[in-house]
Amino acid sequence: MPRTTPFQSRLEPLNQTGIWKHWSGYLVAPQYQYSLNAEYYAIRNSVALLDTSPLFKYRFTGADARALLERAMARDIGDCPVGRAQYTCWCDARGYVLQDGVVMQVADGEYWLTAAEPALHYFRVLAREMGCAHVEVEDISSAFGILALQGPHAHSVLLQLTDAATPLKYFGVTSATVAGCEVTVARTGYTGDLGYELWINAADALTVWDALMMAGKGYNITPMGTTALKMARVEAGLLLMGADFHTSRFAWVDAQRETPNELGWGWMFRKLAQDGRDFVGRAAIATELEQGTSRWTTVGLAVDWHDYERAFVEAGILPPRHELYSESTMSIYRRGAKEWDYAGYASSFLSSSLLRKPIALAKLPLDLSVPGSEVDLEISVIRKPKNVLARVERMPFFNPPRKTALMSGSAE
Amino acid sequence: MSTPERYDAIVIGGGHNGLVNAGYLGKAGLKTLLLERRHLVGGAAITEELVPGYKFTTFSYAISLMRPDIVQDLELVKHGMMVLPLINTFQPGLNGEYVFLGADADANYHEIARHSIEDAEASRDLDHLISRLCRALKPWMDRIPPNALSADPAEVAALAELRDYMASLDPEVRGLMEKFVNRSAAEILDEYFENDLVKALYASSGIIGSRVGPRSKESGLVWLFHKMGDYDGVPGQWGFHKGGNGGFTQVLARAVEGFGGTIQTNAGVSRVLYEDGRATGVELQDGTTLSADLVVSALDPRQTFTRLVDPDDLPQDLVQHITEYKFQGTAAKVNFALSAVPTFPGLEGREDLYMGFTNLGPSIDYLEEAFADCEAGRFSRRPFLDCCVQSTLDPDMSPPGKHIMSCFVMYAPYHLAESDWDTERENLGDTVQATLEEFFPGFGDLVLHREIVTPLDIENLVGLSEGNIFAGELFESQLFLNRPAPGWNQYRTPIAGYYQCGSGTHPGGCVTGGPGMLAARQILGDRAG
Repeated sequence: MPRTTPFQSRLEPLNQTGIWKHWSGYLVAPQYQYSLNAEYYAIRNSVALLDTSPLFKYRFTGADARALLERAMARDIGDCPVGRAQYTCWCDARGYVLQDGVVMQVADGEYWLTAAEPALHYFRVLAREMGCAHVEVEDISSAFGILALQGPHAHSVLLQLTDAATPLKYFGVTSATVAGCEVTVARTGYTGDLGYELWINAADALTVWDALMMAGKGYNITPMGTTALKMARVEAGLLLMGADFHTSRFAWVDAQRETPNELGWGWMFRKLAQDGRDFVGRAAIATELEQGTSRWTTVGLAVDWHDYERAFVEAGILPPRHELYSESTMSIYRRGAKEWDYAGYASSFLSSSLLRKPIALAKLPLDLSVPGSEVDLEISVIRKPKNVLARVERMPFFNPPRKTALMSGSAE
Repeated sequence: MSTPERYDAIVIGGGHNGLVNAGYLGKAGLKTLLLERRHLVGGAAITEELVPGYKFTTFSYAISLMRPDIVQDLELVKHGMMVLPLINTFQPGLNGEYVFLGADADANYHEIARHSIEDAEASRDLDHLISRLCRALKPWMDRIPPNALSADPAEVAALAELRDYMASLDPEVRGLMEKFVNRSAAEILDEYFENDLVKALYASSGIIGSRVGPRSKESGLVWLFHKMGDYDGVPGQWGFHKGGNGGFTQVLARAVEGFGGTIQTNAGVSRVLYEDGRATGVELQDGTTLSADLVVSALDPRQTFTRLVDPDDLPQDLVQHITEYKFQGTAAKVNFALSAVPTFPGLEGREDLYMGFTNLGPSIDYLEEAFADCEAGRFSRRPFLDCCVQSTLDPDMSPPGKHIMSCFVMYAPYHLAESDWDTERENLGDTVQATLEEFFPGFGDLVLHREIVTPLDIENLVGLSEGNIFAGELFESQLFLNRPAPGWNQYRTPIAGYYQCGSGTHPGGCVTGGPGMLAARQILGDRAG
């Protein structure tokens, strides 16, 4: 039997489709209503509410907490002061990515981390190997529910319940009281839009859910399933483990592994030459960066709209566009005289309703990674492979100013 | 007076087609000036905050047929284009019955099957066949139509291509095309459906904005026209632009300026200037003259050919056609600010009912009776209403917890037999409200504000002759080869350098943008020689 999150009794009656799926052993709704687009547009036009409680959650405390994270994380934990969150990843000794996640320092020396896969044992073993005696790593996954409140009206909704989140900058973290419940609010999300994530004590889950839904009523707050979230994250250029990359932990061969630089996270190592950090995988990553041995570059691809149309119109059918999202691998070829000259692959594909074109997250060799580079993307048209023109585009595809804008106002 | 700035092109009228046209001309490098008579651009596609916090889509209220090329070519996404899905359709009856359709085909099947299990299946067949027909016709929507009167070999060849194309269509698809041209919506519906509520749901597309009833022959083509668009690739579906259609025309205005164009509001044009059959500029209502070798009218055919220029300077067969060209507006709008969404008995508290079109017109007879009033020269005593509570889709249309509702009203003939619109304005509003009260008891208690837009208002405010929302009826005699007149359906006019790009040209009204785009294509082609 799948587990349920602390919000389940509220989610159950809201799911008009009756369709549920499993996420890390929990029951979640891929969509609540028949129209996936309606949920997607809640993120871009009003405000959406998503239960992300199935994420694994870890708490690091004790005098050595920071030292452990400094060693474990590929990104400098020193850049994450109290009241800040940071997107990070951790790697194996050979510099291949194990996982990505968001870590935040909620109090001096106390860090909370989300992860898509279990990592408690991993961090504890690492602490033991380092000889870190004064660190406690706990699995707090069931202790908290997490709600993501995302969309242009996310702040308007939250402001009715607390003004503690108003001063938060992008990736800022604070504690707040919502409907009498102590919560932790981070200005983070997986949508590339204005948004917040609330960590709520499991016992308070329903109270906070109800308060948010009530406060959001006038703003058309919409419960959002995981599929709309995934659609939005493609526009935001955010990678998904299991689709755009895979953990090195269970890979068989290196062809199944990626390094941070290959995933577009080279910016985490900008100060590598000066910072002297001794994190797991450092030597390999330093060598990779020095010698330019990365096999891939992760890029955004925008499919040429006219060419996409043409491919289907020539076959006598309408181009499929509506609610089209896929995590299956699509091959990419070099354009030129030689046909089917394999260059790389797309791992997430979205026919973006908002951007009015198909977009994809792809891996290409360095020479094809410059914005504007043209490649052929293989699609299927009435069961036959067809190539359509696609161009490398700078990510994020969609990046509204409100995502990082300062908020203002006071609670009613 | 200082020497006015010289422009390569002057576009008259800031409706969506004028904006599209100016966008393309600007993109092609022409120094373009767009002149709008009112204080805001958008023409019939505007959004106005009549009451603080409440945004009214005064006239046009939904979008579907906007040509996809325009969205790409003018980079409208970059300028903020965002079309929200109209996810549901609600067709209430007067005896507690209703059809409520949503985004799931199987759920819709079962919903229609409550009324007729055969209709539920037949609707799938019909929808698919209409989609196939629309796909077949779309290439012709996006190209300059042939000139049927021209002896130019290219035109003769284009006409032959058209004939061959139509002949090559799958017989089933061509058969449906012939039905749409030759039969009324009601006749076609009788062939497919047995349930009257289901028929009425489909029939509404056949009468929108046109002086036809569901049993009038012309209703077939009007129906087809409304299915020619798509929402996010779903054929025949409609969407709602963020901020209303005024939000959309603001996007277009930003695109025009993005391509270097200049927009001047409060600048009504009194006439187009021309010498020796060649356009030289325009004269504004304040007497200012502006010169340009290229002048484009985005106004309707009556204004383009009989007001902006002297019809005596034009070929008389053209003037004759334009004089006979049918406007005969029959639509009105009544928009409401509401304290809450309406309540339908049995479905209390369901906001989702209104997240799309709500059709009040539960039977073919109901629609025909409404039309009979129109034919008798009065507005319908029990009108057909096409409503949408747009704030359920876009929370920024109204203050939190409050709502805005757009109601498109049929029929409201421009010419009233025994009264005039200034006298009837409030009566129309009361009649619409009474009809809403019939379907949604207690509706009147929710009304915070009411905006009434008569066909005369449409003419006076927007400039659309006789208030016809499409800049001329969508009849076969006024479409494609004939829009606005045979031989003058390629955006040119008899005056060199003077072009037309309004909805009175192919492909027509309904916020397609096609006229603006195709006129630009013709203009730029002519300039390239």
